[in-house]
Amino acid sequence: MVTTFVILTIVTLVSAIAAMSLRNLVHCALCLVLTFAGLAAFYLQLNAQFVGFAQILVYVGAVAILIVFAMLLTRNVDSTRQAILSPSWGVGIVGALLVFGAIVLSILCSTMVHRPALSETQVTVLAIGEQLMTNYVLPLEVIALLLTAAMIGAVIIALHEPTSESSAVQNPRLEPSVPSVPNPAQVPRTDHP
Amino acid sequence: MFEAIDQIFVALKHWVVGQFPAAWQPLGSVFLSIIPILAVFPLLFAITTIVERKTLGRIQNRLGPNRVGPFGLLQPVADGLKSLTKEDIVPYAADQVVHFLAPIALIVPVLLAFSVLPVGRNMVPIDLDAGLLFFFAVGAGSELAVFMAGWSSRNKYSLLGAMRAIAQMVSYELPLILSSVTVVMLVGSLSTVKIVEAQGEAYGWLLKWHVFTPWGLAGFLLFMIAAAAESNRTPFDIPEGESEIIAGYLVEYSGFKFALFFLGEYLGLFAVSSLAITLFLGGWHAPFSFLEWIPSYLWFFGKLSAFIMLFIWLRGTLPRLRMDQLMNLAWKFMLPMCLINIVVAAMWHFTAHWQFVGAVLCRWLLCGAAIGVPYLWLGDALFGEKKLAKRTYRFAD
Repeated sequence: MVTTFVILTIVTLVSAIAAMSLRNLVHCALCLVLTFAGLAAFYLQLNAQFVGFAQILVYVGAVAILIVFAMLLTRNVDSTRQAILSPSWGVGIVGALLVFGAIVLSILCSTMVHRPALSETQVTVLAIGEQLMTNYVLPLEVIALLLTAAMIGAVIIALHEPTSESSAVQNPRLEPSVPSVPNPAQVPRTDHP
Repeated sequence: MFEAIDQIFVALKHWVVGQFPAAWQPLGSVFLSIIPILAVFPLLFAITTIVERKTLGRIQNRLGPNRVGPFGLLQPVADGLKSLTKEDIVPYAADQVVHFLAPIALIVPVLLAFSVLPVGRNMVPIDLDAGLLFFFAVGAGSELAVFMAGWSSRNKYSLLGAMRAIAQMVSYELPLILSSVTVVMLVGSLSTVKIVEAQGEAYGWLLKWHVFTPWGLAGFLLFMIAAAAESNRTPFDIPEGESEIIAGYLVEYSGFKFALFFLGEYLGLFAVSSLAITLFLGGWHAPFSFLEWIPSYLWFFGKLSAFIMLFIWLRGTLPRLRMDQLMNLAWKFMLPMCLINIVVAAMWHFTAHWQFVGAVLCRWLLCGAAIGVPYLWLGDALFGEKKLAKRTYRFAD
């Protein structure tokens, strides 16, 4: 048990440090994925199957893909010329220590440390589902609403821009006088009589 | 007698584990669960390659491989030897580490997925309480492996191929999961063993497979479409698309790494077909209660072989979809239908107490209408205005 914990800790921490310090952004992302997987392994070690697998499904499956897509769709992925340590690293360390101290303080002050340790039980997914649908149904619905709103917002942002004529007027950098090749999407298709 | 034959592999494993010293027994048990997965499914892959090439040859009116061994049956051996002895070429500009890790990252999750699939009565490596979630969680890792392969090759074609493969896999993962949610709702468990057990009760002489209900039938069809897309099979094999667009994320791979990609693809196909069998087709159960004497693993592998033949048949028959058609189908058709199917499953559940004469017929009509009318309406709205006529070409005639 302790051996597993030590191995998982080393893997998670080393990959987290690598995710911060590697030069290549894609390597950083892949190391971050390893960190996510390490966290999921911690959950599994604590007998939280549902949370562990959900962590893998969401973070390794979805968030990681989102990160690498975002990286590839922005420019200058391979710019590795900046220094690893930014000049304000001292301030950063002080900030990090303050945040860490705040978290430790709040944990020590909370009632959580005085609670008796739970007996080792295997919580079934059925029990989690029942709790979510009875005691915690309001937070669940609120999160669902939030996610739906975020999704609608993303769809609105990604909706079709106005056609090229009107955008050319709005954007002075485009030159409307150049006779451009007709957009194939606007040419009426004659393939289907 | 029949029971003994049915449980022969379980008894064999118990006997072999019993031969170990007591301290080694847990480890021995783990190894004896892993070895069959590593032996059976790659062997099935080898058999599938020759069957696929022979069947495609038959469909296309040619002979297929017929030189190695009798009727060309030893062709997989020759192929395996060839890919083992071929030179492994890594591009000069490639990212060596990621390029090496990508095939491994693809093959390991697929093999892990088999560990929750019950292939027979009492024959499941681990019975996890969240087994179905485990299957989808490890399946999610394969997208990252595709990205690693495409990006690390430092080739714009392989990167583009990886992007289109990931876009397809992400899009079709949603219908895949949503169509299996119905089964979880009705069974009340994520455990694959419990899902199979729930389909074991007999309804007269017909077993209660989920596919024999309206939501199960619709869910099964949606699941199969999404499964074909997830495992990159025709008509959804744009990620490879070797005849029109070059082979995608694996162009820069050669030798045994290339073979590993194909092994991963086929093992993924087997895994997702096995999941379809587990969820909708009664797992290792026989369809009729009077056929239960046939050993359970034979039923499972019989169904799996039927699925493989179905996919080969589809590959020989259907043309490839275009990228926009693929995306439209996933987001505008499959996703709404899956959501509607969840509501239909709830309807089926809440009408389960109806006792009057013809109640089953009434439930069938109600639920069938609830899934059929949106299907017709959605299909008409999406694809209705396209007139199907003989296509004439302006420039190429």
